[in-house]
Amino acid sequence: MNEKREVIFKIENLKTWFPITKGAFKKVVGHVKAVDDVSLEVYRGETLGIVGESGCGKSTFGKTIMMLEKATGGKVLFNYGGEFKDVTKFNKDEMFQFRRKVQMVFQDPYSALNPQKKIYTSFEEPLKVHGVKNQADREAVMQKVLKMVNIQPDYLMRYPHEFSGGQRQRLCIARALEVMPEVLICDEPVSALDVSIQAQVLNLMKDIQKEMNLTYLFIAHDLSVVQYMSDRIVVMYLGKIVEIADSRALYDEPLHPYTKALLSAIPVPDIHKTKKRQILEGEVPSPIHKPSGCAFHNRCPNCMEICKTVDPAMVHHGAEGHMVACHLYTQNEKQG
Amino acid sequence: MDTKEIILDVKNLNTTFVSDRKEVRIVKNVSFQVKRGTALAVVGESGCGKSVTMNSIMRFLGKNAKIEADSIQYNALRDGKVTEYHLEQIKNPNGPEMRALRGPDMSMVFQDPMSSLNPVYKVGDQVAEGLIQHTGMKKKEAREKVLEMFRKLGIPDPEERIDCYPHQFSGGMKQRVVIAIAMICNPELIICDEPTTALDVTIQAQIMELLKDLQVKEGKSIVLITHNMGLVAEMADEVCVMYMGRVVEFGSLEDVFDRTSHPYTKALLRSVPVLGLADGQKLETIPGSTPNPANLKPGCEFADRCPECTAACREKDIPTFEISPGHRVRCLKYKNFPEVE
Repeated sequence: MNEKREVIFKIENLKTWFPITKGAFKKVVGHVKAVDDVSLEVYRGETLGIVGESGCGKSTFGKTIMMLEKATGGKVLFNYGGEFKDVTKFNKDEMFQFRRKVQMVFQDPYSALNPQKKIYTSFEEPLKVHGVKNQADREAVMQKVLKMVNIQPDYLMRYPHEFSGGQRQRLCIARALEVMPEVLICDEPVSALDVSIQAQVLNLMKDIQKEMNLTYLFIAHDLSVVQYMSDRIVVMYLGKIVEIADSRALYDEPLHPYTKALLSAIPVPDIHKTKKRQILEGEVPSPIHKPSGCAFHNRCPNCMEICKTVDPAMVHHGAEGHMVACHLYTQNEKQG
Repeated sequence: MDTKEIILDVKNLNTTFVSDRKEVRIVKNVSFQVKRGTALAVVGESGCGKSVTMNSIMRFLGKNAKIEADSIQYNALRDGKVTEYHLEQIKNPNGPEMRALRGPDMSMVFQDPMSSLNPVYKVGDQVAEGLIQHTGMKKKEAREKVLEMFRKLGIPDPEERIDCYPHQFSGGMKQRVVIAIAMICNPELIICDEPTTALDVTIQAQIMELLKDLQVKEGKSIVLITHNMGLVAEMADEVCVMYMGRVVEFGSLEDVFDRTSHPYTKALLRSVPVLGLADGQKLETIPGSTPNPANLKPGCEFADRCPECTAACREKDIPTFEISPGHRVRCLKYKNFPEVE
């Protein structure tokens, strides 16, 4: 990969907490820490995969970057031609311009398109809003994006129910592409689709990325899908990042015990690979009452005394760009 | 093979649904066998009829479903003696004959644990219900049995958890409760309809381990309905691949994975993303999408999406060929092999 990569997003100590209120006066009695102190950089033109089990905060993270959820703390810096601006402090106008550059594709293609409107109407709206005044121009853009996702342009006059799940998801991607965004945040784009259709959509997304030099933030729970799509992968557990690595490195040498367990839990469609299963005990704890210290310590097979009290910081380990938050590696750093 | 070895023998099962005054055949001439003490995996995409097949056997379908079969034979083994049941002859799907079988002989685990438990009853009572119904056991005795079952299935502090309501359980624990309901009357055949689709991978691994244990240690026969090829590779002894209501390939795990014969099975196996794919390697895709079962063309259902399709494929119904003992494929590529009815 290129030595010098341009950073498009810089996320610093991002927090999204949801308050838990009680009583008639809505007294705040606690917080659900959905995203808790997350820092990372996204490079232009890459696919950054975000994986984790349900409830780990990966979708909230995606929504917070889009500013669909309000950030409780931290910064989301977006690259405007070399100058970084903090998205969390944007006013309405700036936000409007920002949304032209960053678009989102949602999980469920069945509920993302208005069933009462023709595809044409659904497709025209973002263009109207973003100031394409001339109808001929609008139609030209619509034809162009539909061609990109391999859907015939005359299908524009149909209603969403006339399409299959895979086609609908392709339509959702096409609609997001209309305003020529730089970043596409995909929240579980293929988890509602069948395997044979899933492969079609994934390959299509890869082709579009090459064509438009898009940056993807690919959020999914299926590690094998994420690994297929991504250049780098972020593994999240209970609102925190536990490991960031190149896609290949994460598979070849996972460092964090949680990543190892996650990898070994995935069933492999190969009957000759006998692998040692490492089955995690218990379930993900509630994000309201997070365990002290490392959030993973009560399920971790390598738990030490220090893990119960001290929250591990992210450290570099092994190959370049491979970072992990685990005391197994902070200890080594100190000794070395 | 004798009835001691085979627990469930289905021959030419057809299920038709009536909708909009039109009859749509969803399951077509499905035949398969489940061997005692083994796991059969039924794989296919959504809408291929895998759930309908199993629900037809259990008679869980609505009034608009018409079930026809040459034979659905269930062989119960009790104290070394085999009793044969011919399920296709039972008229009333909810009559006493069928009800006596569901629970003590065959039972089912459903996909979504969130919706298969009643939210207003304590889980312990829901598990005990089957036991009290079928054996006439007293409540107190049944409670002991339920506790024992909870312990076996790895539900922590069963004494406390038995009096909890479903919403107090997590998804994985709820699925264990559903398995407990299926297991409580000690059935021989357990049909699991996508038991882990609603669960996370680490929880899925726990549940699959549990099911494998039941099969290996207690000699239960398991039918696993799934679309996940990875789970099939880990769980199954035999595999039945379905497409548009037909069994397109049936064989042992090695037959289907190593000597994959039907073009659909091949495509299905290649389109799944696996961990550790080389950089730049592309997933293969199956072109097009599944056809509408209400207006199918004659011939092979897969013809339009098949890379090896010939003119003969579109002419008439495709018979099934046995390419090696126990390995049956429904594809004209193998027309030199003996045909099976």
